[in-house]
Amino acid sequence: MEDIKDAEIGEPLIDLEPRGGLVKLVRWESGLVIVLIACIVCGTLTFKYFFTPETFFFSGLDIGEIAMMALPMTFIIITGEIDLSVASILGLSASTLGYLFLHGWNIWPAMIVCLLVGALAGAFNGFLITRLGLPSIAVTIGTLSLYRGIASIILGTNTAVGFPQWTLKLSLPIGRSEIAYDFAIFVVMSIVFAVVLHLTSFGRSLYAIGLQKETAFFSGIRVNRIKFRLYVLSGLVCAFAGILYTYQEASANNSTGLGLELNVVAIALLGGVSIFGGRGTIVGVVLAACILAVLTTWLTDIDVSGEVQNIIVGGLLLLSVLVPNARDGFGRIRAAVHRRASESS
Amino acid sequence: MNDKSQNHLTGDAVSEEDGERMADASQSTSSLKPLIVLEHATKVFGAVRALNDVTIELFQGEAHALLGENGAGKSTLVKILAGVYQPDGGSIYLDGTRVHLSSPAAARDAGISVIYQEPTLFPDLTVAENIFMGRQILKSGRRVNRSEMVKRADEVFEQLGVNIEASRVARGLSVADQQIVEIAKSISFNAKVIVMDEPTAALTEVEVERLFAVVKTLKSQGAAILYVSHRLHEVFEICQRVTILRDGAFVKTSAIEDTDIDDVIRSMVGRDVVAMTSAGNDTSGENVLEVERLTREGVFTDISFNVKAGEIVALAGLVGAGRTEVARGIFGIDRVDAGSVKVNGKILKNASPVAAMNAGVGFVPEDRRQQGLVMEMAIDRNVALASLRSLSRFGFIRKASERKMAYDWSTRLSLKYGRLSNTAMTLSGGNQQKVVLAKWLSRRPQLLIIDEPTRGIDIGTKSEVHRLLVELVNQGVAVLMISSELPEVLQISDRVLVLCEGRLIDEFSRADANETAIMRAATGFSRQKQS
Amino acid sequence: MSQSLEHVGVNEPNGGSTKTPLILKVVRFREFAILFALIVVFVATSLKNTSFASTASVQGLLAGPAVIILIAIGETLVIITRNVDLTVGSVLGLSAYLVGDLYVHYPHTPVIIALLFGVVVGSACGVVTGAIVAYARVPSLAVTLGLLYMIRGIDAVIVNAVQINSNNLPGGFINVGANNFLGIPILMWIAIVVVAVVGYFMRNFRAAREMYAIGSNPEAALLAGIPIQRRIFSAFVVSGALAGLAGALWLAEFATVGSTAGTGYELDAVAAAVVGGVAIFGGSGTVLGAALGALFLNTINQALVAAGVSSFWDLAVAGLLLVLAIAFDRYLIVRSERVLRVEGRQRGRH
Repeated sequence: MEDIKDAEIGEPLIDLEPRGGLVKLVRWESGLVIVLIACIVCGTLTFKYFFTPETFFFSGLDIGEIAMMALPMTFIIITGEIDLSVASILGLSASTLGYLFLHGWNIWPAMIVCLLVGALAGAFNGFLITRLGLPSIAVTIGTLSLYRGIASIILGTNTAVGFPQWTLKLSLPIGRSEIAYDFAIFVVMSIVFAVVLHLTSFGRSLYAIGLQKETAFFSGIRVNRIKFRLYVLSGLVCAFAGILYTYQEASANNSTGLGLELNVVAIALLGGVSIFGGRGTIVGVVLAACILAVLTTWLTDIDVSGEVQNIIVGGLLLLSVLVPNARDGFGRIRAAVHRRASESS
Repeated sequence: MNDKSQNHLTGDAVSEEDGERMADASQSTSSLKPLIVLEHATKVFGAVRALNDVTIELFQGEAHALLGENGAGKSTLVKILAGVYQPDGGSIYLDGTRVHLSSPAAARDAGISVIYQEPTLFPDLTVAENIFMGRQILKSGRRVNRSEMVKRADEVFEQLGVNIEASRVARGLSVADQQIVEIAKSISFNAKVIVMDEPTAALTEVEVERLFAVVKTLKSQGAAILYVSHRLHEVFEICQRVTILRDGAFVKTSAIEDTDIDDVIRSMVGRDVVAMTSAGNDTSGENVLEVERLTREGVFTDISFNVKAGEIVALAGLVGAGRTEVARGIFGIDRVDAGSVKVNGKILKNASPVAAMNAGVGFVPEDRRQQGLVMEMAIDRNVALASLRSLSRFGFIRKASERKMAYDWSTRLSLKYGRLSNTAMTLSGGNQQKVVLAKWLSRRPQLLIIDEPTRGIDIGTKSEVHRLLVELVNQGVAVLMISSELPEVLQISDRVLVLCEGRLIDEFSRADANETAIMRAATGFSRQKQS
Repeated sequence: MSQSLEHVGVNEPNGGSTKTPLILKVVRFREFAILFALIVVFVATSLKNTSFASTASVQGLLAGPAVIILIAIGETLVIITRNVDLTVGSVLGLSAYLVGDLYVHYPHTPVIIALLFGVVVGSACGVVTGAIVAYARVPSLAVTLGLLYMIRGIDAVIVNAVQINSNNLPGGFINVGANNFLGIPILMWIAIVVVAVVGYFMRNFRAAREMYAIGSNPEAALLAGIPIQRRIFSAFVVSGALAGLAGALWLAEFATVGSTAGTGYELDAVAAAVVGGVAIFGGSGTVLGAALGALFLNTINQALVAAGVSSFWDLAVAGLLLVLAIAFDRYLIVRSERVLRVEGRQRGRH
């Protein structure tokens, strides 16, 4: 419906430098690559043996589950939503696994139940957000507590230990390489996610939803259905991460994964995923995860405490949002100046 | 109708003096100097002249109507007065002094206030706070003086003769009441010039009467009102003078008693009656679209019509008539409450754009930037956006096919672009529209619904689009076109359906259609009724 | 459908568009609803376990949430402007430690000074956060997330230096955390005073009303000429200040501090505010509501324990309550919009 506030004939286009999708992405990822190389260089300078397979191995182990959860988180953030319950679903899955195991379940059906639980948790999130239309940031803060609480109820104060021998192998290198199984799984997953995001129609629709939800809907994209499925996917992946985490720690208790959700979001944001939606790549997220892994390994090697590492990570995160905004800010100022110049009476 | 001795709201008798004052204010204003003059205003956007040497004067105590078709330049003029645009040529005089309205704040400070169709209130704050936000009445220590604000708000409401609780929260107020609050805001600003844009579009009869009473009060207090509206009978009821624009140019200003509805319509439309080009569309095809008693409560009622293969049916009408809403209801963007839509004989599922698309319907929306395109996405990706499934194999987009589709259609539509990987933002309006068209045409729809096909587009591209639509129907596609540009409607459509206030008023065949007749129907006068 | 004006006008009570619809009256009394729920929970639990209603227990119920109440109040201001402050937990931890550190170096510091010091520490953090969010115009979620890491990291670095426990703290200070005045814990008194002061501010001061406006309709706020950046900045400074005060009180309450003080409190603050009726997208809600929300959530926790339900249900119940609160708020809005559309339909177009 026409509104007198809308543009009439020939309203001028915005005067900004066109931020072409591909161009901007390349810039961010290149920056990340540079940072990654810088970290490796720093590491090598301080330790001759930094750039070795061992480092690679331990770093890979470190990335593990957090990075895994960052993959579906990226999809969700790209569509303009968020999921803060990820670590709680991880914990819920770990608790379920522990509980079932303690009650004599065979490990394989137990794992399947865990995945189902995760999917269900994700579906509940999806229902609240797409069907009831509740704001995702508030709702997932609620389910964060809810799922962690259910995890506590299930496992209580028990700690489940004594998982089958073969599960311990996951923290070990594959064959004679220095690649941990954990890491290998992450690599495979990120390839799958990257392919889906960049090569499939599903991935394309995510970007459309994040950039302009209305146009996506007008073009026949089922916005709500897609968002719902993303939350189920997130639940599944988090449940899977919970299983792996349990095997890595060789135990499960009710505080498994406590507080990790913000780490997951941080990796996504560092990876260039815009909190506003519509932008981001898996490559960036993987690079961000690698940077964090390498960085923390290096810092640990030079005896920088975990706490200081947090400061650095926080600072990086801050920079990653300030820099694009500074650039946008300049663009906005430039546009305003142009507009004023062309409208002087 | 213009009963000067009775206050419309309370039924009280008005004193003799009041009555005289009101009568004076509404009659001759020629002896006074104008309150505000916009002289020789010109505004150009790129290649388009939105306003060309337009002059308009407003006097104290008058309600002055601004009329013109969609696209005549009314909103540009209003935005200049509101300080949103600065004119490229011409000047503004307030009380004889030249002023520069460099921003909305400057316009407000100068005493000019605009009441838009969609009021912008703070839903969580009280009415009184809404009125005074930004200029609150304060007690000691920068504390807000609630009771004083409520008192002043009550005074304003009394002045206006309305009854709204100033201490209630704004959320939940009807549109009519929100408007009154906006007007109250203007008064508290000591606005001398009040511009009202389609103020009665969302009001009931009773609320309209109330608004008119308010307008009369405002006039009696010496305000000048610029009344922008399509509702001609209202204009004739409440306004003293009328200015008509056409294609960005000034047509005439006259006193209301010196003109009548037909005369006004003729001035608005004014060009020589456009001859219907004998496009000779073969309209003997089957019904592609059958709409039966389609209703969306509060928006449109009982709409029934057909569109055959090979014909272009236009939906004409004024802003707010419900045309776009009908299209959205057909395509499934909005849920309809009653009635049915059949495409090729099969009933379409309610509220499902996907179902409509699967049935062969395409929809080029009214707002190409917010609804038709993803501005920050590449051109080729925009073209592919509605065809993702057909372009994919096992879910994977075949980039080569995508590029080819974009390239083929860009060539076919003579799209001017830098690279197909540039974003849609880099294109001109006409080319953006071509991208949206490419998006839908690449689906080979059997029914194309297109809303304002050439709005905001240069002349060259306009005729390209028209040619394209005619070509389409010659290939057997059915086209439902919504348009506010009568020449366009007359040139290429086979039938014209006219909506007014959510109802189908009249239908014209090629033989009967002419601009005047359509405009009359659009203002609510069907050919059966008396005028 | 023409109606004579004498008989039906828009002013008639049942025509009603000018009086507050009933459904919105319900929303405005969210505070009473929580209070009511609180009383119900209290009574129900006391019936099951009479010691729940004992003086000591009630005092615990009042002292426990005091710290969260303070940060919930600060968080409310930020949320009202349509932002979020995730740094409050870290700021609390930092402040708690620094106040303790103050005592280690200056054991004779008067209690008031110590508390003020906490406020200063918190305000400093608030200034930084507010400056970035308001003036650099960066989304608050991302910024406060990054700052959360940084502040916690700085805190942890400092904490490792010296360990603080009750030996370092003078009796007067610890009393603030432990004692009662007229039967009510001092902690709670402080919370009450802050609620009253900030609540009065939010209701009566122009700056506060403008904060509501910003969250209610940012575009209109811009048009109305409100100094948006300044107001958002102030909201973050207050949030930081209150988190700082909360940290000092936390120290008084627990008399020892490690590097994990306050972890996760930011989400508690948001939850308390939302349960208390503060809309997550801003524009409405009161600090009293947020305070009651914090009190309510804490009471439910304790009630579960007292009723013999294992404490493992705490989190689940809290999460469920938050989800219900959000869903209920949404329901109210959808319902009021539908009511409007129905009214419009009934009046009809002519």
